[in-house]
Amino acid sequence: MNLYLLGPELSLIGLAFLVILVDLATHNKNVVAALAGIGLVVPAAWAVSLWGQTASSFYGALVVDSYSIFFKLLFIAAAALVILMSVQYSKRFAPYQGEYYAVILLATAGMMFMASTQELISIYISLELASISLYVLASFLKDAKSSEAGIKYLLLGAVSSAVLLYGMALLYGATGSTKLNEIAQAIQESMQRDQGAVLPAIVLGAIFMAGGFGFKIAAVPFQMWAPDVYEGAPTPITGFLTGASKAAGFAVILRVFFVALGNQAPLPVDWPALFAVLSALTMTVGNLSAIPQANIKRMLAYSSIAHAGFILVGVAAFSSQGVGGVAYYLLGYMFTSMGAFAAIVAISERLGSDQIADYSGLARRAPLLALILAICLISLIGLPPTVGFVAKIYVFWAALQQGLLWLVLFGVLNSVISAYYYLRVVKAMYLGAPASEEPLPVSRTLVVALAVAVIAVLAIGIFPQPWLDFGTGAAIVLIP
Amino acid sequence: MTIGLGHFLTLGAVLFCIGLYGVLAKRNAIVILMAIELMFNAINVTMVAFSRYITPNMLTGQVFAIFIITVAAAEAAVGLGIILCLYRNRETVDAEQFNLMKW
Repeated sequence: MNLYLLGPELSLIGLAFLVILVDLATHNKNVVAALAGIGLVVPAAWAVSLWGQTASSFYGALVVDSYSIFFKLLFIAAAALVILMSVQYSKRFAPYQGEYYAVILLATAGMMFMASTQELISIYISLELASISLYVLASFLKDAKSSEAGIKYLLLGAVSSAVLLYGMALLYGATGSTKLNEIAQAIQESMQRDQGAVLPAIVLGAIFMAGGFGFKIAAVPFQMWAPDVYEGAPTPITGFLTGASKAAGFAVILRVFFVALGNQAPLPVDWPALFAVLSALTMTVGNLSAIPQANIKRMLAYSSIAHAGFILVGVAAFSSQGVGGVAYYLLGYMFTSMGAFAAIVAISERLGSDQIADYSGLARRAPLLALILAICLISLIGLPPTVGFVAKIYVFWAALQQGLLWLVLFGVLNSVISAYYYLRVVKAMYLGAPASEEPLPVSRTLVVALAVAVIAVLAIGIFPQPWLDFGTGAAIVLIP
Repeated sequence: MTIGLGHFLTLGAVLFCIGLYGVLAKRNAIVILMAIELMFNAINVTMVAFSRYITPNMLTGQVFAIFIITVAAAEAAVGLGIILCLYRNRETVDAEQFNLMKW
């Protein structure tokens, strides 16, 4: 056991408890927020110092490799942005801001564990650490809408983790191990013994597990919770759900399906075809349902379902380019959605509304804010010079290499459909008549969050090469 | 007739399906939470049976079951807290009344 390897997670959990303790001692909640935000430097620096190593700990249950560190840094960045977005917003649930920041940090720690486990029990525990924290955060406003979001998220989340667990039980029963690499070996051996036939328990278990993880990433047909939860949850948490929670789900899916279930030749089940069908369904349902939405949070919820579909294109490619593309896409999508939600927080702080109709004429009242939201929406469509464009190109290219032309055509068609409802918001902001000429001031912490997000969206989009290398460096761990 | 692995797995599968039925058919949020507990316990039966028959020298399945029990307790605590909060707002725990947000 090497606790040094667990440093990023342990220091993050320590920080969460420190935040609660300091919250007891002071009435100034800005100090608590500053501690939570600045304290993230410790786990981030620790994770960077582990870059390039490949080592495992706890009898092979937890592994530190460039793949897990990539995702750890992504989650820490997301947590930092959420904390920046929350400083002003969290006054709505005074005096419980300390608990709020602590639970955000615990959720982040859960996601970081998710990215670095390669054993079923620890996958489940870390998944639940992240999920239960997110249930609490979703219902933090304690009003009717937020509690309803929380209970819907909790009940559906619990059912999905039961399905996931049943899949894990079947897989464990069929292979006699809970470690992903031993499972891979056991499946290979059983296939050789039975002349290529696969035990039905393995297929059923894998499909149940795909269902459980599909819930986390809000893939069709497990997407029903997403719009309601995203609409009711506090807006910074909605950003956290789209940016970080989804990435954590993909991190686990990739690890499980590439290390345990997709490591055999020939594959036990045609996973690429399964993911390709899921991907096509997810992006189509997400995009078509987004079109009639009047509430921007709800619209972005459906858009996040659609993006899960686009990211699944990279998974369906089932190659190292595909995984690299998925990693790059998740990084870009995290910054894009965080930027969009930071802008929504800033706007709803002054307008008190999330309706797209109320965004009319915003460009005249808050030109910079409107510009930033427009850039983020353009990145969500996938137009240059933003990160969304490069990410889509890369993922589609990886799918083309594997001969998935139909899926790529589907994806391009869906991108065109999606332009309609994103541009509707841009049109309202720039061409609509403003309700008043009064300017909208933005608080200083939100300005930082908006600036970081929009600079990342543009920088990662204009200079993609180092970030693509970063992503492929992570992917190479799963598929050499 | 001797009781074997198949019997335990069947018990687990039947309990799981009863739990799933409860989740889908019941309207009271607390009953749904209880049905979910039933699903988790069905998985525990399956896990322990696999552990006893497939890997008798290791305790993997039993350990897994203990973790599931612990996490399910935490989940139920948070769930009841949210239900309490919801009751204060809406004065009902009927799942069909949770319709403030719809598409």
